[in-house]
Amino acid sequence: MPDTFIKIASVTVGSGGASSIDFTSIPSTYTDLVVKYSIRTTSANQIDYLKCEFNGSTTSYTERVLYGYGTTVGSASNSGSYDNIINGGANTASTFSNGEIYVPNYAGSNYKSFSSDSVAESNTTSNNMLMLAAELWSNTSAITSIKLSDLSSGTIAQYSTATLYGIKNS
Amino acid sequence: MPSTYTPIATTTLGSAGTVTFSSIPATYTDLIVIVNGKATGNGQLSMRINGGTSLYSTTSLTANGSSAGSTRETAATYLQFGYYGYFDASNQAMAIAHIMNYANTTTFKTILATERNSATGVDASVGLWRSTSAINSVEVYASGANLAAGTVVSLYGVKSA
Repeated sequence: MPDTFIKIASVTVGSGGASSIDFTSIPSTYTDLVVKYSIRTTSANQIDYLKCEFNGSTTSYTERVLYGYGTTVGSASNSGSYDNIINGGANTASTFSNGEIYVPNYAGSNYKSFSSDSVAESNTTSNNMLMLAAELWSNTSAITSIKLSDLSSGTIAQYSTATLYGIKNS
Repeated sequence: MPSTYTPIATTTLGSAGTVTFSSIPATYTDLIVIVNGKATGNGQLSMRINGGTSLYSTTSLTANGSSAGSTRETAATYLQFGYYGYFDASNQAMAIAHIMNYANTTTFKTILATERNSATGVDASVGLWRSTSAINSVEVYASGANLAAGTVVSLYGVKSA
């Protein structure tokens, strides 16, 4: 039986940063997609939000999240694509946020439900957060591209990485 | 490099019902179950192992978009992975369950799971099956409902070496 957790593409942000990390021309030959990332921005914020956009679409996203922020646990719902938390440039230096996005049946004709788990950890008493999100992109198109960018249009810092994997269920 | 993430079986439901993976080989280290679809009514993603109807307990962090909390199920007849992020008839939901060290015959079995529905909520659970038996079958269903036609349930094996 073949291994089916296959790397499709990987990006490491170079000197000067990048406005986004893009995976394009995603083949439809897998069943599920997984994005694993290690990202921070260069902004003046402690915590930023990482947008995840499919096929260039900026609409039809909804989410409900479970989060822990310091000693507080809570929940929120949003309409938009800001489904991941990441360390901003004002957070502890050299600290990158880890996260995973899992998209089952990305090439199917149903709306796309997907998961997003992310963390922003730092050596401070505040501005530490973890978040688990239930996401939906209400679109029946097969996903052929994924764009990761800062919600505030900031710069993704050098050394940030993101890798796209494909999974086959048979 | 040996294969470490291998598809064992997949079922796409042709009609509403449950999915049972049986004769699961003991050759992996962990199992992963992925569920994507809908239910015929409101139903928590649930699981029974080796057909057992006892020895289960779960603890879940729950969130519905406005509040968060925790729930606890003991002396349960099945593993219930969720509270707010249930499967329903209207919205695409998904769940992932990790069954660790499933084939050992020494320890009880721990399962980590998430259940997510962007219209209702998100839950993160830990489940325990208090049996030292190796797991050779897993039934996946929506408690109080059926998984709807078109729902995809996949089982993967993961090897640690």
